[in-house]
Amino acid sequence: MAYLLRRLLHGVMVLVGVSVLSFLFVQLAPGEFFSDMRLNPQISPETIASLRAQYGLDRSLPVRYVNWVRSVAKGEWGYSFAYGLPVSQVIWSRARNTLLLTVTAALLAWLISIPLGTYAAERRNRWGDRVTVAGSAVLLTVPDLLLALALLIFAIRTNAFAAGGMASTQFADLGTFAKVKDVAAHFTLPVTALVLGTLPIFFRHVRASMIEALALPSISAARGHGIPRRRILFRYALPAAANPLISLFGFSIASLLSASLLVEVVMSWPGMGPMLLEAILARDLYVVIGAVMLSTLFLVAGNFIADVLLYLSDPRIRQGAV
Amino acid sequence: MLAGFLAPYDPAEQDREHPFAPPTRVHFIDAEGKLHGWPFIYGLTPSPDNFAEYQEDRSRTFSVRPFVPGDNYSLLGFSLRRHLFGIDEPGRIFLLGTDGYGRDQFSRLLWGGRISLLAGLIAAALSLVLGMVVGMVSGYFGGFTDDALMRLAELFLAMPWLYLLFAVRAFLPLHISPTVAFFLLVAVIGTVGWARPARLIRGVVLSARERKYVLAARGFGATDFYLLRRHILPQTMGVFLTQAALLIPQYILAEVTLSFLGLGVGEPVPSWGNMLGSLQQYHILASYWWMLAPALVLVPVFWGYHVLADFLHERLEFGQ
Repeated sequence: MAYLLRRLLHGVMVLVGVSVLSFLFVQLAPGEFFSDMRLNPQISPETIASLRAQYGLDRSLPVRYVNWVRSVAKGEWGYSFAYGLPVSQVIWSRARNTLLLTVTAALLAWLISIPLGTYAAERRNRWGDRVTVAGSAVLLTVPDLLLALALLIFAIRTNAFAAGGMASTQFADLGTFAKVKDVAAHFTLPVTALVLGTLPIFFRHVRASMIEALALPSISAARGHGIPRRRILFRYALPAAANPLISLFGFSIASLLSASLLVEVVMSWPGMGPMLLEAILARDLYVVIGAVMLSTLFLVAGNFIADVLLYLSDPRIRQGAV
Repeated sequence: MLAGFLAPYDPAEQDREHPFAPPTRVHFIDAEGKLHGWPFIYGLTPSPDNFAEYQEDRSRTFSVRPFVPGDNYSLLGFSLRRHLFGIDEPGRIFLLGTDGYGRDQFSRLLWGGRISLLAGLIAAALSLVLGMVVGMVSGYFGGFTDDALMRLAELFLAMPWLYLLFAVRAFLPLHISPTVAFFLLVAVIGTVGWARPARLIRGVVLSARERKYVLAARGFGATDFYLLRRHILPQTMGVFLTQAALLIPQYILAEVTLSFLGLGVGEPVPSWGNMLGSLQQYHILASYWWMLAPALVLVPVFWGYHVLADFLHERLEFGQ
């Protein structure tokens, strides 16, 4: 338990550090949301000054930081200038859409890569292995951007999938079942792009650690005892190979979040990507900080889940040996 | 480097008569079935009915000639106007078609590649040098310095990479000239990515520090700086080069991504990213496939760096 507590504390420390770091960056930033208003002759300098005072922009950095922490505690995460709403309200629906994408993509990618990696590891250097390894190498060199664009072209040309957005224009009139179907149709394309982008990385790691696990003496012994192949692979070899893979699972959240940022913009999925882009262009800094914090939170949460899984799966950690 | 020579046209030159012209077909056999010694092309006539539709004008041929004089460009400080190939006026050759302003995609691809590849290279060098300094200091001196630097590195690694990049970009000015934007972009990409190489190099330094010959040299009174430079630096070369081969393509992609989204190098300077930017409009994406060329060239470039990284990884890191 002490191990898990230590990991949790570490995660919290990271979040605090990231928030301090983002505020330091804000201080360095030239220009702010109200700079553009200065150019407008219809808005008097006094109005701008009072607006800045209202949002606390005239205070010193530590004061603003403390105010921000307070608003986080209240669940508001600061105030968005552009939307005129607390940041949490702006971000929340977006974050839900992003999570929907990344979590589905992560699960799918793992579901495909574990059997595929195991298959390749077992047939090491035979043609089945060669083909899958070559395929993953090809996918690895195709940038996410090209993948997303190519899928989009495919969708537009064939009309098989809904291209762009999250829902059709007549979405509000549909029944519950039709709504789910509609979202699923829009959702296929970005998820495919994300899965294809991350699959080769997962696949390579699964293959490498399975090759290592299959070389263990215990596996040879199990073979000698005549235990069936399938049972050896999934009951004995996979748990032995699981440790680095679970850690990778934590990190995979980060790479997926980054990838989905781009895919969302290309496919106009209403997630955190387009929102962040707009916020950057409008200098809506608290939204930017909120997005960075939230993505870090997802990452820390992913790592923590990985730690819990490690704790459950690896007796060495449970007994405090590592 | 050689973009100016290889490209037939200046990247900013617009041909208002030919927006979204498809790639020009290069022929060897003319309409009467006669074989020509040199490849030649036909002129394009805009279709009278529809925007951006063209027909080949078979009545007149333009030979593709080598080393023709054309627009001025500078190479190593010399101002030159010879191009590898070109055709006689008033014909125009568009090997990869044109964009919405009638600019030659092939020329822009070459010029843009210069920007994108250079951005990746400089940014990677910046990251590696930063990572190297931090890693060596951290690993060699240990103690409080090490702790502080590594906690900071963890913070940088804790944020999803693209979010971090975006955030840092968010805090910098938006309306700037392309040259400033280029250097800013390189600086941002380079400084954001120092943490991973720093950690890896720290690991190597930690083990190198305890080697017998390093301890011996220290016993002879070698200074810290001498030890770091003479004995520890060479040890880190394997990791350094492998990281370079991994970071460069990643940073090229970072430049492309940011410019694609309009946060990087801006028009009229071409970069692979901002050339792709217009594809955010679906009708361009669906109708004009040659606009995808900058994304397609990324594939062989990345493949090359992957092979290089694998090779360096095996030769240098495990070879020792």
